[in-house]
Amino acid sequence: MTYLAKPKLLRADTPRNALGYTRRDYEGAISTLCAGCGHDSISASIVQACFDLDIEPHRVAKLSGIGCSSKTPDYFLGNSHGFNSVHGRMPSVLTGAALANRTLLYLGVSGDGDSASIGIGQFAHAMRRGVNMTYIVENNGVYGLTKGQFSATADKGSKNKKGVVNADSPIDLAALALQLGATYVARSFSGDKEQLVPLIKGALHHRGPAFIDVISPCVTFNNHTGSTKSYDYVREHNAAVNRLDVILPKAQIEASYPPGSLRRVVQHDGSILHLRKVGVDYDPSDRIGAMNHLQERHALGEIVTGLLYVDSSGDDMHAHLNTVEKPLNQLGDAYLCPGSSALAALNASLR
Amino acid sequence: MNTRQAIRSTNDFVIKFANINGSGSASANELFARAIMRMGVTVSPRNIFPSNIQGMPTWYEMRVSGEGWLARRGGCDMMVAMNPQTWDRDVAELAPGGYLVYDSTKMLPRSKFRDDITVIGIPLTEMCNRDYTDVRQRQLVRNIMYVGALVALLDIDLADTERLVSEQYRGKDKLIDANVRALRLGHDYAREHFSCPLGLRVERADAVGDRIFIDGNSACGLGAVYGGATVAGWYPITPSTSVVEAFGSYCRKFRTDPDSGKARYAIAQAEDELAAIGMVIGAGWNGARAFTATSGPGISLMQEFLGLAYFAEIPAVIYDVQRGGPSTGMPTRTQQSDLLACAYASHGDTRHVLLFPEDPYECFTLGAQAFDLAERLQTPVFVMLDLDIGMNERLCRPFDWDDSRRYDRGKLLTHADLEAGKEFGRYLDVDGDGIPYRTIPGTHPTKGAYFTRGTTRNPYAKYSEAGTDYVYNMERLRRKFDTAKTLVPAPVLTKASAPTRIGAICYGSTGPAMAEAIALLEDDGIHVDTLRVRAFPFSDEVMDFIAAHDHVFVVEQNESAQLRTMLINEGEITPKKLVRVLHYDGTPITARFIAGRIADELVAFKVSTLEPHANPLRKVAP
Repeated sequence: MTYLAKPKLLRADTPRNALGYTRRDYEGAISTLCAGCGHDSISASIVQACFDLDIEPHRVAKLSGIGCSSKTPDYFLGNSHGFNSVHGRMPSVLTGAALANRTLLYLGVSGDGDSASIGIGQFAHAMRRGVNMTYIVENNGVYGLTKGQFSATADKGSKNKKGVVNADSPIDLAALALQLGATYVARSFSGDKEQLVPLIKGALHHRGPAFIDVISPCVTFNNHTGSTKSYDYVREHNAAVNRLDVILPKAQIEASYPPGSLRRVVQHDGSILHLRKVGVDYDPSDRIGAMNHLQERHALGEIVTGLLYVDSSGDDMHAHLNTVEKPLNQLGDAYLCPGSSALAALNASLR
Repeated sequence: MNTRQAIRSTNDFVIKFANINGSGSASANELFARAIMRMGVTVSPRNIFPSNIQGMPTWYEMRVSGEGWLARRGGCDMMVAMNPQTWDRDVAELAPGGYLVYDSTKMLPRSKFRDDITVIGIPLTEMCNRDYTDVRQRQLVRNIMYVGALVALLDIDLADTERLVSEQYRGKDKLIDANVRALRLGHDYAREHFSCPLGLRVERADAVGDRIFIDGNSACGLGAVYGGATVAGWYPITPSTSVVEAFGSYCRKFRTDPDSGKARYAIAQAEDELAAIGMVIGAGWNGARAFTATSGPGISLMQEFLGLAYFAEIPAVIYDVQRGGPSTGMPTRTQQSDLLACAYASHGDTRHVLLFPEDPYECFTLGAQAFDLAERLQTPVFVMLDLDIGMNERLCRPFDWDDSRRYDRGKLLTHADLEAGKEFGRYLDVDGDGIPYRTIPGTHPTKGAYFTRGTTRNPYAKYSEAGTDYVYNMERLRRKFDTAKTLVPAPVLTKASAPTRIGAICYGSTGPAMAEAIALLEDDGIHVDTLRVRAFPFSDEVMDFIAAHDHVFVVEQNESAQLRTMLINEGEITPKKLVRVLHYDGTPITARFIAGRIADELVAFKVSTLEPHANPLRKVAP
């Protein structure tokens, strides 16, 4: 970690987005994570994505559970309200927050310990319930704060820092998210911001549960030979299925692509996902195919990354509950309290 | 039997229906209770039911009281024995001189009866089979048929009862016809074969007034609507389930947007109680009024989150419909045994606000007030009812609402406040009452954002493990709890008819039994002042009451005297001064029990109002 605060002065030519904000306006407190931690790269990617998308920082609510990953919401979007809740329970707190005000963007940040162990139930139910959120798991396969125990996403046969081999089968959260009904499922690598930033952008512009599993090496406890979540291992075994560009409705589309190399997905808000083909012919609208692909490649020791699945026609929990457009937390007394006359009629029916 | 021995009583008896659950008896029994109320006579029915869906024994015990007592009395003067499974114990339970009503279609040996009771056999099944063809309908009308017989036997108004049937099935004429016919068949059979009325009978009176008849869980659900709740996160658990069901049904009626048909509320059935309270906390953090309803096992599961809400200072309302504990305990029996689990929920030093409604009226008023308190104090507020008032319909004052009342959203900084440059320290005690100011997400683009966490922090919400910051925060929370004392509902004092140094404290559903016990004691010249506590933290009146009496009985429906422990703890009371009166077998407490225990104890103390060993109430069994 660093103790040096960033200078407050900005150069005149500092880039500003359409709202007039600089990247600095999307940053948070100084990270207390280890130097080189993958999580800091993910925080930087979130900052980049929100800056690029011209999101007003206060329109984002960022929530997390407990663990190294869950500390990170303090380190980005300092002008957003944040909530570092209890271990494994971010999904329920976020669900309640999302019910209270449907107009904010909800960003849930969690880790493999937080989401794949204690919180696997809440993770599963938030996905199947259709909570409109971006759910990022910063996945390093290890418990950092308690110094190096395997987590539930550690691959069977991988070694910890002391050389002990993991005997338990891993949980693939992206595969679970697919099965559970998430309508935007991606996997990425904290060391590949070019891939990660667009995936976060696409998720923030997605309606419904968007899940991103980001392999994020733990430099202190899980970056050694024998680990399958080290920088080296992930770089060598990364099998991307596509590359994403997110085009906002207001932007001019200038890029040109060779014929047959591009898949185009229009999301509910008019944002367009351009999926560039990388090697294999991959169909991100085929949920069953995506599940098969993940399993087949995992068996070969590969880490499949990219936008694995997207269904832009999905709705969300508010649609299921048929709630009013106006946020529930902004309804005044007159909209909530039926008053004494309704009560008199009710009393009469109870005699 | 010799009819001279038969119990004779007008407007004062206990009738019990022994049924099989899932047989449709509940609505017939309720119809019977309402028929008596239509005659202006007070009744208090209680369902005694198993944790089961179909086939197990269930009882509906109804007290008719001309004097207006609503507590359970105990004993049984008339048994309507419709369940062969429990026949022997049901017959044995009848008081000598009592009345047994049964289905005489099938002959029973003489040994199955007692010779000190009046036996009234009605061939219900035979009559149903003769007059109704549909199998399911036969079972349902059989229940209405015994109601018809009882109407005749107890001299209840048949026309009133028929009107009730029409009201119950309004718009379903076929059902009205079938039920009215069954009612008359039962009625006519009884008239023809027995001398009506029996020694037990109902006489028209004017004791019901404008009171309403409703269960406490429904009243809580309605209270949540009036209290402005918009988000409910819940997980079904007996005996609390009907709180959220009622909330949903009142919301569909009162909170559906007339133009769009959309809901001005959101109800999420969670995967468990942990997620339920998590949703409530997330919604409360984000500025919506939110609640959950649960029972003891749910409270156990919610502990960690309750500590977070306490420490991070997030409003939340929890309706705890208490049942018998510990563990799964007695899921369908009543107790007041979650007080300590709620008052000090979660690890570390915590204290929570509890409210104790006495009846459905207070379930509604306190149930609504809980939301104002939760937002004013920025903390979880528990509404502590129990199965006895939650799941049983009870006569109570009609609900009322002051239309000039506005929700107290507490210390909430708006966009304008922030724009005006008001200093914002999320955990700063600006006003000296321990309550800080808060902002909700999305309020202002550059001001008022903060990071909420369960870890310690300084007054500006920055992470801190400094001892001084920690102590500042804990002292402020203590101050906030002291402020709560002045905001929670005051206790209700009832003075004895003569000055006395003896006092009794009760809370929640014990209220009606307590009032009746005091009357019983007064009859015997024992005077006791009572204080019904309605909230924790205890306001000064509670401690003043204890100070003003030499002996204070603390009447509770749990085994470990939980309120007494809290009084001793919080008020630094000498333990010996507070005498336990504890009833915890899962049935609702009775006046006879309370009066008996108090009288016994007073004898032991040799309190001057009594002759030693001459306690007239000793002979009364609990």
